[in-house]
Amino acid sequence: MADLAVPLPAGTGSIGLEASGPRGPKPRHVFSRRNIFLYGTLIVVALYYLLPLYVMVVTSLKGMPEIRLGNIFSPPLEITFEPWVKAWSSACTGLNCDGLSRGFWNSVRITVPSVVLSIAIASVNGYALANWRFKGADTFFVILIVGAFIPYQVMIYPIVIILREIGLYGSLSGLVIVHSIFGMPILTLLFRNYFTSMPEELFRAARVDGAGFWGIYFRIMLPMSLPIFVVAIILQVTGIWNDFLFGVVYTRPDTYPMTVQLNNIVNSVQGVKEYNVNMAATILTGLVPLVVYFVSGKLFVRGIAAGAVKG
Amino acid sequence: MSKSERPNQLFRNLNAKVASIPMVLTALVIFVGGSAWTVLYSFTNSKLLPRLNFVGLDQYYRLWSTPRWLVSIENLLVYGVLSLVFSLVIGFILAALLDQKIRFEDTFRTIFLYPFALSFIVTGLVWQWLLNPEFGIQGVVRGLGWESFSFDPLYNSDIVIYGILIAALWQGTGLIMCLMLAGLRGIDEDIWKAARVDGIPTLKTYLFIIIPMMRPVFITALVIIAAGIVKVYDLVVAQTSGGPGIASEVPAKYVYDYMFFAQNLGQGFAASTMMLLSVVVVIVPWAYLEFGGKKRG
Repeated sequence: MADLAVPLPAGTGSIGLEASGPRGPKPRHVFSRRNIFLYGTLIVVALYYLLPLYVMVVTSLKGMPEIRLGNIFSPPLEITFEPWVKAWSSACTGLNCDGLSRGFWNSVRITVPSVVLSIAIASVNGYALANWRFKGADTFFVILIVGAFIPYQVMIYPIVIILREIGLYGSLSGLVIVHSIFGMPILTLLFRNYFTSMPEELFRAARVDGAGFWGIYFRIMLPMSLPIFVVAIILQVTGIWNDFLFGVVYTRPDTYPMTVQLNNIVNSVQGVKEYNVNMAATILTGLVPLVVYFVSGKLFVRGIAAGAVKG
Repeated sequence: MSKSERPNQLFRNLNAKVASIPMVLTALVIFVGGSAWTVLYSFTNSKLLPRLNFVGLDQYYRLWSTPRWLVSIENLLVYGVLSLVFSLVIGFILAALLDQKIRFEDTFRTIFLYPFALSFIVTGLVWQWLLNPEFGIQGVVRGLGWESFSFDPLYNSDIVIYGILIAALWQGTGLIMCLMLAGLRGIDEDIWKAARVDGIPTLKTYLFIIIPMMRPVFITALVIIAAGIVKVYDLVVAQTSGGPGIASEVPAKYVYDYMFFAQNLGQGFAASTMMLLSVVVVIVPWAYLEFGGKKRG
């Protein structure tokens, strides 16, 4: 590729270029053994990763008779959107037959406030830890980070009791609080590290000009750290939307988030299994995080890397 | 903030303290308090409601003589060791392949990572369908003429945990690949040049130079995978519901079922305390190596 960039003297063909001695990197053969092995492996692995998504889509577009006869990998002979309609509006969980739409809207009503609340709390926490250290602040921060490793199962029941005491057990608000609590370690770490990396002079100048805690946060820190807010939003939207454990513990059947309802629809023992409806429901549930993933691209990677790499 | 006389120690930085109340409450009440509460009540015979009626280690004796718990632990060990090894190996190989200055790198990376955006419930349900013995992979291969072909991990209690492992690896290796790729990119180009000048084969360069240099990345990946292993719950619920029988039970599911279905809180608390203990066993040596080691060196 690179030798194309070498300006050719007028009248010299490719042979002339070779004769003038090697310049630039050695040209690679497109079909070298190395390339066949490299791309071959990558393509096979990519197919393996794509296969489940393909099967999901294909199955959801078939009718039940075709599924019983055919093979899960074959494309649908007759495309039907009926399974999608049914999954959305009339699939049954127990006695309720209003489809996944209820779970979808519950999930929206859980995710939006949880994302806003958890990020609001964590960003202010991170800001206080980075710029307004007080005695003992780091101790709490260490407890918070260590706490992120405690299995949720250990803390589930005490939270049930607390929520019951304040009358929020089983409600969407209760679940929002739970998500804000468990999102706190990772988000606080994210914001603390980001604010710490900002130039100290900025903060000092603002203080000299008489700005206080909230003034600096809202006028300087917030506008300057929009990228990290986007990363946090991506992290939280996918994390909260995909949550199952907290949903199943802290909500009731009529407030179940989408993942819990999906599991109940697909794994219900009553009735005939409708695989096409199940797969349509599965795609519908996976759609929100998938869209977030494909739209956000590199930011998603940055988010999970930030979420994953401690320190 | 702008009081003229020297403010009281308690009111210094008052806004920051007020703003940190959620963090302090979470750290003290939920993380420390909640864990201590659960550990304390694991020594009681609480059934439907938590009661402070201490029975010593009874719940633990009962726990370790319950077949379902033993199966859960065995599953977790098998699943844990295999997913650790395979995630690291596959993640590293994929990252190394992507690091060969290939074309369409972004496309490949996007494909390898997208399952990570999906929930364990979605992952479990898709793989439940793919591994369906009648219509799934087994059915398709049999339909091609190989009648005796058998691949039904979800219905065979001896290998069900491998069926879950396949789904888990599909979902999670992308993340490890991303971490490894970032680690590979962080290695100085000169190292490669030096190795090439010395005539060291690529494979050897990876094994004896690059991988030892990527020790921090491997440790991070290890901690992430290990933390995920102990928490594995949704995937099993979606894929097998612990079946066939109790063959694919895991500790997290044991805890949930005893707390919220069997109404045997004491057992649930004891089991969750064992989970906490297992995390401590993993985290403490790691923290010691990471932070204790630095002080010595």
